[in-house]
Amino acid sequence: MNITDQGLILAFSALGAGTAMIAGVGPGIGQGVAAGQGAAAVGRNPGAKGDIMSTMLLGQAVAETTGLYGLVIALILLFANPLYGKV
Amino acid sequence: MDTGRAFISNGMAQMLDQDFSFTIKGYLRYNLFGVDLNLTSTHIAIIIVMATLIVFALFANRAIKKANPDEAPGTFLNIIELMVESVDKLTHANMGERGAGFSNYIGTLFAFILLSNISGLFGLRPPTADYGVTFALAIITFVLIHYNGFKYQKMKHITNLFKPIILTPINIIGEFATPISMSLRLFGNIMAGTTMMGLLYGLVPWFLTLAWPGVLHAYLDVFSGCIQTYVFCMLTMVFISNTFED
Repeated sequence: MNITDQGLILAFSALGAGTAMIAGVGPGIGQGVAAGQGAAAVGRNPGAKGDIMSTMLLGQAVAETTGLYGLVIALILLFANPLYGKV
Repeated sequence: MDTGRAFISNGMAQMLDQDFSFTIKGYLRYNLFGVDLNLTSTHIAIIIVMATLIVFALFANRAIKKANPDEAPGTFLNIIELMVESVDKLTHANMGERGAGFSNYIGTLFAFILLSNISGLFGLRPPTADYGVTFALAIITFVLIHYNGFKYQKMKHITNLFKPIILTPINIIGEFATPISMSLRLFGNIMAGTTMMGLLYGLVPWFLTLAWPGVLHAYLDVFSGCIQTYVFCMLTMVFISNTFED
C-alpha cells in the first residue's frame, strides 16, 4: 500500500486533533473543584445561593478557556488544516 | 493537486464529500478594492440579528413614547422596563457610580451576543461562531479598557506595567492576552456547539434527528449561549471598572 504525503498529513492531523483534546482534562478538574466549593458554600450559607451560583458559573466559564484553546487547535487541524497545502 | 486546492479552503468537509452545515459558506462573490470577498453566512445571520434588534427597539421606542404616565403600564412596557432596570442594576453592582454611563453599551452588547448565540435555534449559523465577530467585540472592550485607563489614571496607566520591573514582559503580554482570551472563549464555546449540532444533523439518518436533539439544543445553544453572554459582559465590566481605581 502506498502512503501519499497528503494521506500522511491527514493521518497525523487526526492524531494531533485527538491529542489536543487532552486539554479537556484540566478544565474538567477545575470546574469540578469550583462546583464542589460552591456546594460547600451553599451548605454553609444557604441564603447567599444566588451570589454563589453566579460567581461559580463565572469562574467555571473562565476556567473553561484553556480547554477551548485545545478545542480550537483540534478544529483547525480537522477543518482548516494549514499544513495540507505545504506538500 | 486540484483537489488539494479545494481541500485547503474547505478542509475535511470537502474530503468527506459531505456538506456539513456548520462551516462558513460564501454566497455572493464580489470584488472590493481588488480583493475577492464573499457574502458569507455570518453576514446574513448578523444582518438578521441586527434587523430583529432594530425592529424590537423601534417598537419599544413607540411604546414608551405613547405611554401614559397616569395609567398602569401594559405587558410590553413592563418587559422593557424589566430589561432596562436589570441591565442598570447589573452595571451599577459591578462598576459603581462611575460606570453608570456604561449600561447603554453593556445592554447593547448583551442583547447582540445573546441573540447571536441563540440564533442557532432558528436555523441560522450563529454569527459568534465566526472568529471575526468575537475578535471585533473583544477589540472594542480592549479600546474601552485603555481609554478609561488613560482617562482615570493618566500616566500611571503606563507606569503600572513596569511595577515589579522583572515582570514587565509578562504584564505587557497580559494586556494583549485579554482580548484574545475573551474572544476565543466566546468563539470556542459557540463553535463547539455549532460543530456538534452540525455533526449530529450531518451524520445520523433523518428519522433520528426528529425530537431528541432539542435536549442538546437546550444545553449547547441556550444554556451555553446565555452563560457565555453573561461572562463576556461581566468580564468587560470588571476589566473596565478595574481602571477606575486611582
